[in-house]
Amino acid sequence: MMDKQTTSALLYLDGVSVSFDGFKALNELSFIVEPGEMRAIIGPNGAGKTTMMDVITGKTRPDEGDVFFEEGTVDLTKLDETEIATLGIGRKFQKPTVFEMHTVEDNLQLSLKNDRSVRATLFWQSSADQEKRIDDVLDIVRLKHLRQRVAGSLSHGQKQWLEIAMLLAQDPKLLLVDEPVAGMTDVETMQTAELLREINKTKTVVVVEHDMAFVRELGVKVTCLHEGSVLAEGTIDDVSTNDRVVEVYLGR
Amino acid sequence: MMSAHPLIRLLDRGSTLFLILLGAFAIAIPVLNLLMPAGSALHVSTYFVALFGKYVCYGLLALSIDLIWGYVGILSLGHGAFFALGGYAMGMYLMRQIGDRGVYANPILPDFMVFLNWSALPIFWYGFQNFFYAMLMVLLVPGLLAFVFGWFAFRSRVTGVYLSIITQAMTYALLLGFFRNNFGFGGNNGLTDFKDILGFNVQADGTRNALLVISCLMLAICFLICRAIVTSKFGKVLIGIRDAESRTRFLGYRVEAYKLFVFTVSACMAGIAGALYVPQVGIINPGEFAPANSIEAVIWVAVGGRGTLTGAVLGAFVVNYAKTFFTSGVLAPYWLFMLGGLFIGTTLFMPRGIIGTYNNWRANQADKKDAARDNAVPSAPPHAAE
Repeated sequence: MMDKQTTSALLYLDGVSVSFDGFKALNELSFIVEPGEMRAIIGPNGAGKTTMMDVITGKTRPDEGDVFFEEGTVDLTKLDETEIATLGIGRKFQKPTVFEMHTVEDNLQLSLKNDRSVRATLFWQSSADQEKRIDDVLDIVRLKHLRQRVAGSLSHGQKQWLEIAMLLAQDPKLLLVDEPVAGMTDVETMQTAELLREINKTKTVVVVEHDMAFVRELGVKVTCLHEGSVLAEGTIDDVSTNDRVVEVYLGR
Repeated sequence: MMSAHPLIRLLDRGSTLFLILLGAFAIAIPVLNLLMPAGSALHVSTYFVALFGKYVCYGLLALSIDLIWGYVGILSLGHGAFFALGGYAMGMYLMRQIGDRGVYANPILPDFMVFLNWSALPIFWYGFQNFFYAMLMVLLVPGLLAFVFGWFAFRSRVTGVYLSIITQAMTYALLLGFFRNNFGFGGNNGLTDFKDILGFNVQADGTRNALLVISCLMLAICFLICRAIVTSKFGKVLIGIRDAESRTRFLGYRVEAYKLFVFTVSACMAGIAGALYVPQVGIINPGEFAPANSIEAVIWVAVGGRGTLTGAVLGAFVVNYAKTFFTSGVLAPYWLFMLGGLFIGTTLFMPRGIIGTYNNWRANQADKKDAARDNAVPSAPPHAAE
């Protein structure tokens, strides 16, 4: 193993490559996310956005390159999904993935930061403190009135928010949010932008999204991926006027 | 809302009713068998006692399958293997109890070993003359096999039909092994000719009734253990794994540890069922490892309603009663067709099984009531937080 990196970044990717059957999903991808930052990632389909998330969360092992967390102290390529989740990286999937058979409350109960061992969950009892934490999270995502509803009966947008709430309940250091506004109405999209800005006050957030209006609403630094590496990085205005970005992604 | 008191959580309406019914049978059948004179209309035959006892064991096997299939989505098509291993452990104890009353009157070696010209008891037969050691093995052997099997399978993330297929292969491999004489378990004849258990004659009415009562008791205890598991937070994680395994993993749960724990518990329960089954039917042979047996047990669960626990037991009773009924009449040659038809019919028309369909119907009734009430009273303004 190589030496620990000296960096102030919360998340540090350097020269990460992943290929599937010869197709280079990630091609020497490098970028860093500073603590407390919110970063939007855009890019055409197949640019490697989801693969990047898979690499960070331990689902996919990179063929080459370094992935470090927390100022270069933790090598994420050596850990599996469970260990990375426990370290404090929460992930929202592209397709909203909640426990459909459980109530909203139970979804959050399962997400709250607690001992995840078999023994602990077998003999676990809820407490007033836990209930309050659920209330707090529900307040943030504005789903408090749906606490006893079965998650499967929620609307698409509500499921997206519930999944974000589940990430919050985990109390992670870094949230990876994959396409949070896909399939949402304009009003819901704007509410989600507001929600993420609120969350960003205390947590570092990486958002992958196609919706440019939403990305503009977030008003944060944008990274555009293309063919598995960074094409452009900067403010939304810089990136959206970049000739290459316009050519491969936004269109004229 | 705070979660309810643990005891209320454990015993919902269906569970209470189930335990009461089971208790009623466990008391009524022995009373009617032992105390009523043979000519009386209320007399229950010894044949029925043994039959019911067998059903209770099947019910326990079904329960153990429902715990993993209904709640974690692990479809084991080899659970009959754990049942049979528990049965063999009990059978070995019963064989050692025969002593010198066997045909060859060898005080140590069971008849089949004398027949095979073996001169000494194989090491793995040691200790089985002790009841408590044998009972420990009833739990340990299926549990250990499930643990080792599960450790490899779950760690490699084998799921779905692939897991089903390898469980099937596991029971088939055991079937072939146990058929062999040199395996040391009586070959294709298995273990039989039992004389007594803890000093009581296994054929006696009193023993049969006692075995029935113990089977009911074990079913009740295992049922309560299952309820405690599925109603705990652990149980909620299991359902989470069933419905969204990756979500559970990315929340930081060790999915394989959860599966392994519950798979092992389930195998131990299947082992207990097998151990109770053997003295009541009087024989254990490699046929119990047949893949078809395991598949049949899965059908019981599907018919009764998976993910309900009570449904699994009910399914075992209903299908086995039908089997007893139809295989003893003119329809006997067609039983397997009926069983196949039942499975297809259940899958197509009643995918939730008997109890699942009933629960669904009740929930719909409750919804309708709510809807009617909501229509009668103008609904409250939308929540302020919206």
